[in-house]
Amino acid sequence: MDPESDEGTPREPGGTDGGEEPPDSSRAPDREPVAFDWEGIRVGFLTCIPVALGVAGYGIAFGVVANQAGLSVAEAALMSATVLAGASQIIAVELWSNPLPVAAIVFTTFAVNLRYSLMGAALQPWFRRLSPPQIYGSLFFMADENWALTMRDLKSGSGRGAFLLGSGIALWLFWVVSTILGVFAGESVGDPSRYGFDFILVAVFVALAAELWEGRPSLVPWVVALGTSVVAADLLPGRWYILLGGLAAAAVEVIRYDR
Amino acid sequence: MTGEGLALESLLDGTLPSEPLLATFSLDPLVVAVILAMTAVTVLTKIGGIWLVRRVELSERLEAGLNVLPGAIVIAVLGPELAAGGPAEWGAAGLVLVVMWRTESILLALCTGVVAVVAFRGLV
Repeated sequence: MDPESDEGTPREPGGTDGGEEPPDSSRAPDREPVAFDWEGIRVGFLTCIPVALGVAGYGIAFGVVANQAGLSVAEAALMSATVLAGASQIIAVELWSNPLPVAAIVFTTFAVNLRYSLMGAALQPWFRRLSPPQIYGSLFFMADENWALTMRDLKSGSGRGAFLLGSGIALWLFWVVSTILGVFAGESVGDPSRYGFDFILVAVFVALAAELWEGRPSLVPWVVALGTSVVAADLLPGRWYILLGGLAAAAVEVIRYDR
Repeated sequence: MTGEGLALESLLDGTLPSEPLLATFSLDPLVVAVILAMTAVTVLTKIGGIWLVRRVELSERLEAGLNVLPGAIVIAVLGPELAAGGPAEWGAAGLVLVVMWRTESILLALCTGVVAVVAFRGLV
């Protein structure tokens, strides 16, 4: 299946609604209707533009690194357009050498991006109202930043099921264009940290953390995630710490549920 | 950006050490294959999680666990990143937090963070 093929064909709202109402539901997501329409795409696109601008700084940094690794403009642009996962792309390009370590690159990409499974699963309370093409088409465009924006939007009760797709398209456009600019700028920019580009991802996540903070209920899971990820980052290669931090916090929450 | 202009200029001059101009737009078959393999495993991770949970009826207990994932994953990305940084990064991260709280503007917060980290790195 080509996940992009769903991009231009949003369904009418309400088409897939109903019939799946769990009888025991008292949770907010179950009571909200979730629509998949142009309005959701539009709002998602516009909301994501400031974040996509930040990501573009990161995309320029990726283009610079890709250029230094010997990728052509076309190759770097193709990677950004199809993989669409910043951290894994930068790590893959860091592994780039002659001959290409194909297995290492592909497996590392998989490991770095495993966290997307958790992120996708977290969308299920809202996405269960959507059709498979809507779900999987939207998920192609999921990256860290627009996923977090989408969670914020859905948690607010907007019912905008197409928000992920709209915000993802904004991210995709800025990511591909900035990659191309980065490859061209590559030779002369030199060290990305001189312009603070290397800090953009951290800044994006600090901003998102400020928005996702739900007060006291967030405290225990966040402390668990923080402790687990810092320790795991020290002990394990790659980005396993992201997966472990998220899983540890979820596990603790499942155990604490009755209290 | 002057940087971009310089890169283009050096390309046109043929002074770029690694590749001639034509190679800039070339697609090596092996590189394309690796990129498509990266795409395949990435799509697998993006759709795999929800594919699984759609086939399993979730208890409220499990959903509570899923609900803490967004914030927890953001923190798990941030923790080691900040631990590896220094006073400049911590100070800039603190400023991003303050600007977010006060203004709720992501763009303003990001710009503040990037400007601050460059300034702080110059000081430290």
